[in-house]
Amino acid sequence: MSSPPVGAEGWGATGVCVRYGKRLALDQVTFPISSGQMSAVVGGDGAGRTTLLRCLSGAMAVSEGVVRRPAQRQIGYLPAGSGTYPDLTVAENLAFRAAAYQIPAAEADERIVGYLNRAGLLAVRDRLAGRLSGGMRQKLGVIAAMLHRPALLVLDEPTTGVDPVSRADLWSLIAHATAEGVAVVIATSYLDEAERASRVLVLDAGRAIGAGTPGQIVAAMPGRLRASDARPEGAAGLRSWRRDGGWRVWDPDEGPAGPRGSGQAAGSGRPVDPDLQDAVTVAILARELAGREEQPAARKGVQR
Amino acid sequence: MWAMIVKEFRQMRRDRRTLAMMIVLPVLLLVVFGYAASFDVSAIPTVVAGPLAAKVSPPAQFHVLARNKAEGVAWAQTQLRNGKAAVAVVTTAGKPVVLIDGSQLFVAHAALAALGGTAPGSGGKTATPGGRRPVVRILYNPALKSSFIMIPGLAGVVLVFIGIVITSLGVVRERESGTLEQLAVMPLRPRDVFLGKIVPYFAVAAVDLAIVLAVGVAIFGVPFRGSVPVFALGALLFLFVTLGLGVLISSVSENQGQAIQLAVMCTLPQILLSGLIFPLSSIGAGVRWISYILPLTYFNEISRGVMLRAEPIGSLWRPFVLLALLGAVVVSLAILRFRSYLSPAGPAATGPAATNSAESR
Repeated sequence: MSSPPVGAEGWGATGVCVRYGKRLALDQVTFPISSGQMSAVVGGDGAGRTTLLRCLSGAMAVSEGVVRRPAQRQIGYLPAGSGTYPDLTVAENLAFRAAAYQIPAAEADERIVGYLNRAGLLAVRDRLAGRLSGGMRQKLGVIAAMLHRPALLVLDEPTTGVDPVSRADLWSLIAHATAEGVAVVIATSYLDEAERASRVLVLDAGRAIGAGTPGQIVAAMPGRLRASDARPEGAAGLRSWRRDGGWRVWDPDEGPAGPRGSGQAAGSGRPVDPDLQDAVTVAILARELAGREEQPAARKGVQR
Repeated sequence: MWAMIVKEFRQMRRDRRTLAMMIVLPVLLLVVFGYAASFDVSAIPTVVAGPLAAKVSPPAQFHVLARNKAEGVAWAQTQLRNGKAAVAVVTTAGKPVVLIDGSQLFVAHAALAALGGTAPGSGGKTATPGGRRPVVRILYNPALKSSFIMIPGLAGVVLVFIGIVITSLGVVRERESGTLEQLAVMPLRPRDVFLGKIVPYFAVAAVDLAIVLAVGVAIFGVPFRGSVPVFALGALLFLFVTLGLGVLISSVSENQGQAIQLAVMCTLPQILLSGLIFPLSSIGAGVRWISYILPLTYFNEISRGVMLRAEPIGSLWRPFVLLALLGAVVVSLAILRFRSYLSPAGPAATGPAATNSAESR
């Protein structure tokens, strides 16, 4: 994390730290952003995804490091909620946004109808946002964030709790924005969605534990994966997780061509090629297991 | 049921503000309002005029602030109108005249009692030259109607209610719905958001105020003797303070419950300590200082002065200036709080790219 590899426009985070009191929510995180590309931030609960997105959008100040972003007027932001007013109608929510960004009325109307049409919300334009379904509300939030045609679109969990049809609508909106040259950053819990991104940042407990294209992250996964019908016993059980109705078992010592060292038996189950979901799970698991190993060692150190 | 009780206690323990309000506030209110809850008037500010002014010796309750041999009834009336005194004794060639300011209801009652008569036109204990019984005239509220003094004050209470209680929910609602964070990244300056928040409430409060006054004048016969623009200016300043307080409360509250608690804590003292119910002079000195930091105290002075006594702006400069000062302090604090929410990453950038770095701050 020593070099500051930011995107072509110079946007992104470099060595960012954020503290909530004594707790370090982000620790030296660097994340470049590029126009016309979608970047995804993934990680488990409490990993620091929302905090990073808040810093990138300007909703939060950093404790250390540098965030470079376009001017405020050029940023669109969807917070973890939908960021819309439940007691305003769909049209009123968008009209407020258009007025705040000083979009001329005729142009705003045209954009609003266009976006609502594309998101399948035109029929509910006069419905209160609070009475929309979760998916509809998220779509409204995304439309509101992109209505002023920002250069940087920051979306925090845009598809969480959204049905598959609405997810497809949302992805259509996001893909359209990316195609128009917008730099899109999303935080997501869905790793299949993150696979669409040009660049992925994997966060765990505020630290970047992986970054690159989805392919690079998968390729960087150490060890080997196997698929098993049952959870293995013993230490291997700690390195397994449920996936697709079976179990994935990660063996850190097994190379892609087979077990390291001669004479060592391969793990049970059939070998599988990892995808991004596997690679991220392994990265988080590896960190967790390393932490477990360090704790007894530290205790021994104290005893000595 | 036990599970519910335990859960409630746990939640109560973590909500420190509510806990403090439940335990400390009743004691505090009892002490404060115990000192405040008094209709007893011990000192009646009095001026004496007329050729024999030096010889007038009213009962001890009347605190003579000024004696003016050269002036007469007109001067005495001006003193009462401008709130310099509550009672004026004017010696004339005939019977002396005692003028009482009826807009200060409890002081007027105390003055009448001290004079030995409860009705205008009689008076006995004031030692006037020649021992003649003075003629008592009650000005501004001759029938000493409570509604005459309550309605101008109630207009202020309506404004307090809208300004503080209703507005206090405004920002906290944004925070609860997650839209405050959204506002933070929009190209809106903190003062734009502040003004945008208060202007609608201001408009509603202005309409409410007009309705209260119209009802007061039309139904209760409360006079409106003074200048409407002066009254409007006072109401404007007062609303500015109360709306600012509402926004300030909202910005320091985590949720709507906390906002309502704080709003009530700000509203209750205004009703009890502003002179609306109990005369300021009757409130214990240890507590009276609170009255002087409450905006309703000054609005009461303005509304009663303008409506009942046609007091001009010149003599009301003190409440006007103090309201303006309170407004400046409260609104500045509210905008500062807003700034911490709405410009967390520094001032809005105007160039093609903005940088937010810890080092640059």
